[in-house]
Amino acid sequence: MFATEALTSGWFLENAWLIPLIPTVAFFVILGFGKRMPQGGSEVGIASMMASLVLAAGATYQWIQRVQSVEGGSEGALGAIRGFAGSALPSAAETGHSAAYVEPVIRHWTWWQSGGIEFTLGQHIDGLAIMVLLVVTFISLLVQVYSTEYVKGDRRYTHFFAALTLFSAGMLIMVLAESMVQFILGWEIMGLTSFLLIGHWWEDGANSRAALKAFFTVRVGDMGLLVGTAIIYFGASQWAQARGSNGFSIQAISGWALSEGADSKVLMWGAVALFIACIGKSGQFPLHTWLPDAMAGPTPVSSLLHSSTMVVAGVYLVARLYPVFFVGLDILDTGVNLVAVIGGITIIIAAALAFVQNDIKKVLAYSTVSQLGYMMMGLGVGAWTPAVFHIFTHAFFKCCLFLAAGSISHSGSHHSFDMKKDMGGLRKFMPITFATWMVSTFALCGVPFFSGFFSKDEIIDNANHNGYTVFFYVGLIGAAMTAAYMTRATYLTFFGQPRGAAAGEHHDAHDPAHAHGEEHALDEIEEHEHVAEPVLVGAAVAATQGDDGHGHGGGHDDHGHGDDGHDAHAGPHESPWRITVPLMILGTLAVFSGYLNAPAVGTEYFTEWVEPAGVVVGAEHDESGAATHTDTEEPEAFASGVFGRATPLLAAEDGEATHSGGEGCGFEGPTEGVCYAPALSHAEFKWINTVPSILLVAFGALTSLWLCLGIFGDRKNPFKGLTQRNRLAGAGHRFLVNKYYLDDLYEKVIVHSVAHPIAKAAYWVNQNIIDGVVNGAGRSTKRTGEWVYRNIDQRVVDGAVNASGLVASETGHALQPVQSGKVNQYGALLFGAAAVGAIVLVLLNV
Amino acid sequence: MDYSNNALLTIGTFLPLVGVLIMMFIPGSEERTHKQIAIVTSGLTLAVGIYTLIQFDYGNSATLQFAVNEEWISVIKSNYIVGLDGISLPLYVLSMAVTFLVAIYTWNNVPDAGNPKAFLMLMLVLQVGMAGSFVAQDLILFFVFFELVLLPMYFMIGVWGGEDRQYASLKFFLYTMFGSALMLVAFLALFFQTGAESFSFEHLMSAGALIDHDVQVWIFAGMFVGFAVKVPMFPFHTWLPDAHTQAPTQGSVILAAILLKLGTYGFVRIALPMLPMGAHEWAPVIGILAVIGIIYGALGCLAQTDMKRLIAFSSVAHMGFVMLGISTLTTFGINAALFGMVAHGLITGMLFFVAGSVKHRYHTLEIKRLSGMLIQMPKMGWILGFAAMASLGLPGLAGFWGEFPAILSAYNPGFGLNPTLFRTLMVVAALGTVLAAGYLLWLYQRTAFGEPNPEFVSHGEPAHSLSAAGNEDHHDEIHDVSVVEWIAWTPFLLAIVVFGVYPQLMFKVLDPAVVQLVERVGNGIP
Repeated sequence: MFATEALTSGWFLENAWLIPLIPTVAFFVILGFGKRMPQGGSEVGIASMMASLVLAAGATYQWIQRVQSVEGGSEGALGAIRGFAGSALPSAAETGHSAAYVEPVIRHWTWWQSGGIEFTLGQHIDGLAIMVLLVVTFISLLVQVYSTEYVKGDRRYTHFFAALTLFSAGMLIMVLAESMVQFILGWEIMGLTSFLLIGHWWEDGANSRAALKAFFTVRVGDMGLLVGTAIIYFGASQWAQARGSNGFSIQAISGWALSEGADSKVLMWGAVALFIACIGKSGQFPLHTWLPDAMAGPTPVSSLLHSSTMVVAGVYLVARLYPVFFVGLDILDTGVNLVAVIGGITIIIAAALAFVQNDIKKVLAYSTVSQLGYMMMGLGVGAWTPAVFHIFTHAFFKCCLFLAAGSISHSGSHHSFDMKKDMGGLRKFMPITFATWMVSTFALCGVPFFSGFFSKDEIIDNANHNGYTVFFYVGLIGAAMTAAYMTRATYLTFFGQPRGAAAGEHHDAHDPAHAHGEEHALDEIEEHEHVAEPVLVGAAVAATQGDDGHGHGGGHDDHGHGDDGHDAHAGPHESPWRITVPLMILGTLAVFSGYLNAPAVGTEYFTEWVEPAGVVVGAEHDESGAATHTDTEEPEAFASGVFGRATPLLAAEDGEATHSGGEGCGFEGPTEGVCYAPALSHAEFKWINTVPSILLVAFGALTSLWLCLGIFGDRKNPFKGLTQRNRLAGAGHRFLVNKYYLDDLYEKVIVHSVAHPIAKAAYWVNQNIIDGVVNGAGRSTKRTGEWVYRNIDQRVVDGAVNASGLVASETGHALQPVQSGKVNQYGALLFGAAAVGAIVLVLLNV
Repeated sequence: MDYSNNALLTIGTFLPLVGVLIMMFIPGSEERTHKQIAIVTSGLTLAVGIYTLIQFDYGNSATLQFAVNEEWISVIKSNYIVGLDGISLPLYVLSMAVTFLVAIYTWNNVPDAGNPKAFLMLMLVLQVGMAGSFVAQDLILFFVFFELVLLPMYFMIGVWGGEDRQYASLKFFLYTMFGSALMLVAFLALFFQTGAESFSFEHLMSAGALIDHDVQVWIFAGMFVGFAVKVPMFPFHTWLPDAHTQAPTQGSVILAAILLKLGTYGFVRIALPMLPMGAHEWAPVIGILAVIGIIYGALGCLAQTDMKRLIAFSSVAHMGFVMLGISTLTTFGINAALFGMVAHGLITGMLFFVAGSVKHRYHTLEIKRLSGMLIQMPKMGWILGFAAMASLGLPGLAGFWGEFPAILSAYNPGFGLNPTLFRTLMVVAALGTVLAAGYLLWLYQRTAFGEPNPEFVSHGEPAHSLSAAGNEDHHDEIHDVSVVEWIAWTPFLLAIVVFGVYPQLMFKVLDPAVVQLVERVGNGIP
């Protein structure tokens, strides 16, 4: 008779914690035994991801059941208890939203406790977590399959798969984190493994520097995570403890943030600190600079890093603890807030940078940064669901784009990523790669009926709907820019005349490093087949010296390919199936994943399944409900959630808050019960609203195409060489090529000054002042001793004075760098005397 | 208190002396025998320690166990009181484990000066001092053990150390002596202020709190200097880099793992509960100096060109986190500090082991000249990476649980300490974790990644990248981790993981004792 009966659960939901556990175990198996396995450990990695995917899929299915059971059952079960709940629900059904708050499946175990503070591990499964779990396991599986071909024969093949598996595990641990401590754990594991993966070919200094930069930049943000967690912990602690939870629990934090008594100042500082962590991890302005450098890692790593894991973590944190940001940063309350501003800036500056890249992966990297900006901005303007939906769709098409870029370098451009030098006209040679690339590009640009359209447009639309006009325009401009830079990249890669490696010239005589690396690789293969010899290629770096002064090399992504002998001389061709099959799967999803939540065709499944309802929960604390829940089939641990409350009793008083301004959860603290999510409204989809963005996308694409034809094509065009002729254009170009000089600011100014002058100065102070005092004290004691010795000891023959003078003398003497040997004996004497003294005392005592 | 007069702790503490006695009568030329005796003795000591672990009543870790109270020097009312509670237990056993493992390591890594007989005898004596300091429950007894530690370490550095050993060893000795002198004065002042009745901790803890506020502050100042030198806290740290850098590997490991902890242990065990009001007044100062130490130590690390000196400076930073935890006067903070002490001992000990082995192979620790360690000795490179990651506070490894809770505890300091100040300290300390990542990863990137330095690549082969990487056996001198090293290091590595994955193991022991301690401090603060 209570909602617990209606709330279905199941084995998969209850045991979702197995999803990260499997890859974690697999990591140790690969590390320990991988080298002895026939496939070098990759089979373990793939099997573990497959198992996790199955579990995640099962959990997804059961979660959907659970959501539907609430909707279906609530009219009966809940309506019986609460008269007005029934009246609220039909109207909710009209809009297709679930107005009922679906209790997350929470389980937790105490990890350790100290001084009354409890640290727990567990799972917090709700729509958001389920969605990301599914995406992460799915993408990880495809990337691992792809990698078996891509890094075949690599000298650290086993380690690569071990790190890749742990990387996914870290993300999964973070995604289903029940407490902030577990969240930090997963977050940091990802940081560590990204270091390993980006620096996978660490023989080359550029790669290890990129790895260091990635870890370090993210770590700067992590400071915010530690501080923010501390602030939030103590803020929420009292509220949470009153409800049998603690201030680390994500559910408790959400509830507290929306409660009436929450201290807004604490929330504000907590949100700002946590957001700094998100800026670092998700590559938001101004800490985005590590992301493009992270391209130094192997392409599968880039694709995993940039689609569903790592960089999404920051966005995920904001989405996860949305109440904290919502209240702390006054989202929807004021015309502007930190999240939206940072997101908006990131969209534009990253998109602008994508125009001047010659390295195809760097175009995609900046594109990722820009798209992450969309997600952040979406969250900042109160468009929670569209932003989260964009995580979902973006994962597929961005992963596909990266894998396509990898496919090109693998089989089309001979391990180069330089679009200007080694690509062009590849569409004829690589039809599958081309097709999947095009589909994903359309999705990325937001062309109607491709997945990106349904997510990105919703963000833009909702920005307008919620009154954020400025961000509405930012989104539109960003969309046009996206279309333009992707057109440029597509043109350079697949159209026009084949150049360089794409035209079949790979042994560039003008590039000795390149030739050396490749020759070496081939020699090895001829001598002994399939020996996983290290191939150290400085190649790519030298190979990609841009012709426009872009001195920072691009394609670091060369790799030891023991098996490529057969195609190394064959010119561009399509990649083998282990590369194309993942591409095709992802390409398909790049089209269709958007239809999960496409108001244009009347589907809103995503909103229904993922969005937590911003309604007051448990307003009537029903004792009998708490008492009876043990009788239900659900295990107590999760049914009771954190709060020992069995049933998410609904009080949908403001479930229908259709206006962005002012009432319901998130706008006023509930007088009774708890809110776990702010009540958000959605812009109603109208085709007319999409017109501006469609027009701008078309405009961006066409302009870019026209420019590309002009600049890179054969036709004469006034734009050709504009940057050389026009000083203003040249300066702008240089500004972009140098990445707004942010890298220079960080590396040359901040890091350099801390690492060199400041550290050196501190050390100088240490050696000369602090230590100088010590040495000076020693020296002056010595001098005093000498003076005493000369003036007193020599004249007044007194045993006691004599001894002290000697001690002082020796003391001072000792602190000089030049040393006398007597002190050893002296110390021994002292020690001996002490020992004798002790013995005498003991004897006296007896 | 219930004095069972159980001999267990006495045996555990003094057992190494039996080994020393035996070794005295064996000529120094029989080096093998000496090593065997040292390993067996320290192994037996550890066995007693493990037996103590088993016998320890974990449900009752707030009370002193295996306590002994015998008359000792009745002239000055000092008794031989030993006992063990949750605060001492981890450090007591850690000291035994470290000595045993270091003895194993010495099997084929006797420092250059030779004479393993003397070296190992000193090490065993050192162990007596360390274990004794952790079980002593009488100020004079504590002081004797505390000072007993000095001399063997002085000789270890002075005789078996590096080029500048004389200077370093004397600086170490005299600096610590200077601190000890002030400490002794403070001890005596405490004794007389409490009515000159007894030196026992129990008495002083109850009587000390009754001393006048101002007197407490002054006595605390004396203790502060004594312990701060040992920790070492900024600005009393300058002996540490020299001592660490010049000490033989074994000395560095013991110094980092145990000796530094005597200072922090002294704060927790003696200074805080005996002088609650003094501690309360001094807490902000300790907190500020701790945080300065964190940042300053990190900057010092960044300026280093020598790997071992870098690790030494990192100790200053890490002990800063420990002191920050203590200065909050909260259960949580002190727990974190005690955990951090053990974690730092394991991790930094491990780093010093690696540094020693690198020095042994390359005959240099200059960061510039080392590179490509992962190619020449992949396992060593991995261990270094592991220890570096643990040291920078990666969750899941022991270092994190000393660091993060210390930061956390600073948000809400106890007993009316100024929250604004401590929250500022918290943010600055968090900045320290960033710098820690900076210097450790930078070190790792420069030494482990890249190509090996041609000067260390064995003869006949070109300065190359590829073929040598596959077959490390070509290098005669640069060999990977040896069997003895594995035996000595594996327990360290395991412990770092075990305490990282399941910190409850230690917190469970610490917590009740710390709760009681903080209560005691709280009672003494009006």
